[in-house]
Amino acid sequence: MFSTLLFYILSVILLFSSLMVIFSRKPVNSVLFLIVSFFAISGHYILLNAQFLAVVNIIVYAGAIMVLFLFTVMLLNLNKETEPRKPAMFKVISVITGCLLAITFIGALKGIDNTPHNFSDNSIGLIKNLGKVLFKDYLIPFELTSVLFLASIVGTLMIGKKE
Amino acid sequence: MDTIITSLQGISIQSYVWLCSILFTIGVVGVLIRRNAIVVFMSIEMMLNSVNLLLAAFSVYRNDPSGQVFVFFIMVVAAAEVAVGLALLVMIYRNTQTIDINFLNKLKW
Repeated sequence: MFSTLLFYILSVILLFSSLMVIFSRKPVNSVLFLIVSFFAISGHYILLNAQFLAVVNIIVYAGAIMVLFLFTVMLLNLNKETEPRKPAMFKVISVITGCLLAITFIGALKGIDNTPHNFSDNSIGLIKNLGKVLFKDYLIPFELTSVLFLASIVGTLMIGKKE
Repeated sequence: MDTIITSLQGISIQSYVWLCSILFTIGVVGVLIRRNAIVVFMSIEMMLNSVNLLLAAFSVYRNDPSGQVFVFFIMVVAAAEVAVGLALLVMIYRNTQTIDINFLNKLKW
């Protein structure tokens, strides 16, 4: 019962902060609300007993990626309300499109089986088990991510360099 | 910890499907209605996160750790993508003095 309540509280925080991300005028406020939503998602991970993902989500998303966003917003001096508005008609059409998309998702996923699941082995989200899976079954993709990061570093340097 | 897991059975996977669908939709609407490229980028991050949350939820409900490994890989790819994307945005701003996506329509027609 307690965790159901926690689920709804976290969901309300998550949805509210996500709406504020796309509706707040200043980009800095959007970044800060996105950090709040990332913490809410980490709370959801903890509720699911996925502790590794919760910690990685805070470190990588709320820590590294959002700092990068904040740096860029402040570097570009974007904290002005200079963004020209799109026409209201376009916004209404966009929201209707989004609602149709949500209806499609929910309709498509409505038929999944809702049988009670057994939580006999509830430790799959712990670092020990995930590490075993990662280094046994997914060793090659894990090593390939280092190549991806190297390519990303080189690409970022090449793009960001002044000619 | 055991109490959390046993009480988790009160939350059905359907709730997570609803939550993540709505979150993904908010991201799509954000991409559509904003003209600031950074906010568009943040909306894309939000969509990635909703998919992550649903993957983790299914992984826990199905007792399969592969889902959480996939979430980990999605986070890795998102980190690389953000680094390159923000470098592109800084470069665009340096060349055009704006990041309004309506001015970036050279590839549109």
